[in-house]
Amino acid sequence: MRARKVVIIGGGVAGMQTALRLRALGEEPIIIEREAQLGGKVRNWYLLFPTFIPSADVVEPLMRAVKEQGIEVHLGCEVVQFDNHRVELADGERIDCDAVALCSGSTIFDARLKEEYGYGIYDNVYTSVDIERMMAEGRMPERSPRRVAILHCVGSRDEKVCQRHCSKVCCITGVKQAIELKKLYPKADVFNFYMDIRMFGPGYEELYHTAQRNYNVHFVRGRISEASPLMDGCIQIKAEDTLTGRPLRMSVDMLILLVGMRANDDNVRFAESAGLRLADSGFMRAADLFAGNVRSSREGIFYAGTITAPKSIGEVLNEGVVVADSIVDYLNKQEG
Amino acid sequence: MASVNFGFGISKPRVIDIDRNNLRKSDEILLEMPELQTCIGCGSCTASCTAGNLTSFNFRKVHALVRRGEYAGAYEEMNKCMLCGKCRLLCPRGINTRGVVMLIKRKLGDF
Repeated sequence: MRARKVVIIGGGVAGMQTALRLRALGEEPIIIEREAQLGGKVRNWYLLFPTFIPSADVVEPLMRAVKEQGIEVHLGCEVVQFDNHRVELADGERIDCDAVALCSGSTIFDARLKEEYGYGIYDNVYTSVDIERMMAEGRMPERSPRRVAILHCVGSRDEKVCQRHCSKVCCITGVKQAIELKKLYPKADVFNFYMDIRMFGPGYEELYHTAQRNYNVHFVRGRISEASPLMDGCIQIKAEDTLTGRPLRMSVDMLILLVGMRANDDNVRFAESAGLRLADSGFMRAADLFAGNVRSSREGIFYAGTITAPKSIGEVLNEGVVVADSIVDYLNKQEG
Repeated sequence: MASVNFGFGISKPRVIDIDRNNLRKSDEILLEMPELQTCIGCGSCTASCTAGNLTSFNFRKVHALVRRGEYAGAYEEMNKCMLCGKCRLLCPRGINTRGVVMLIKRKLGDF
């Protein structure tokens, strides 16, 4: 039986896991990655929730294995359009294949669109992505902040910016970063402002409890309505403390916005060229949400990772395995 | 000329101003009983509270205000608690709610 070619669009953790699994099953995966390096967004994270392991512990073994297995990788390549038998790249190259796995992930919400929080306008307003990078590079402010506010649901669960969906992993990221801040600055007061706390994964609720019980992280149920700069460079924030029914005001030295995952702009183009369906959120719509959650509505095109919805890294890695199995199953049926 | 009273006055701001509130007592309370910080605001304490069903006493709200440095009236409110302990049987976070009542009364009694 000849090895069948499967093009994997996107070389993040979803793409790499899919490729490795397909190779293990005797197929020929080809990874197309837009960036100059494999690893996707996870490469930019510092420590991963809920166990605080370095992100490199997840990404690097995958990257090494892709290399060791001699999997064909195209870096710095954008996909213009594709269908189940052909993928067309921006440089004009065309790759014929037997199936396609779309693993191109999602986009981080641009916090500047929520102008009322002043990201990109005032100093001392950061996104959770900035904090990951600053922590990883050891660039956190040397002087301990007196008070830090972490705001949940920036660019998710918000119809004002056309992002109605829950981005799922920001809550636990907020808890993780609050603990990291308390470890770095034990004297600082850390306040998390949330609408709902959604601790969906194993060990997450326990970490939330630990943040409260052992690190004295304050949780205020209420969305910050606005942030404004003070003379001394602090940021004044306003919210309702909904559990006491009173408006609340405070100045903070750092305001951290937990930015959500939104659908890639490319999804629209891909959906048109390949005849795929989008969900209301703009993410790709899987064939169904149970037995067919890695299949698209078109034969021979499959999904893995955050292309279909926000997901945690563990869930994405599982999908990589499942999608490879589904692809092999499909290819075997095609050959009868 | 005497000023005319039109019946207008200045309302006291209802805002909880964390910059102005003195959080020392609140910090002491949380240091002595860190489990209080784990309250998720479910309200089962208040739902089961006999005092809360007959008076305006709301245990969840009072301790939340105390944690934000709003101490005024908290001691008097806590005096409405009859220490029956039903709330402690229900608390999903396992907070020693009766202990919280006694601690707040002890810390704020001289306030």
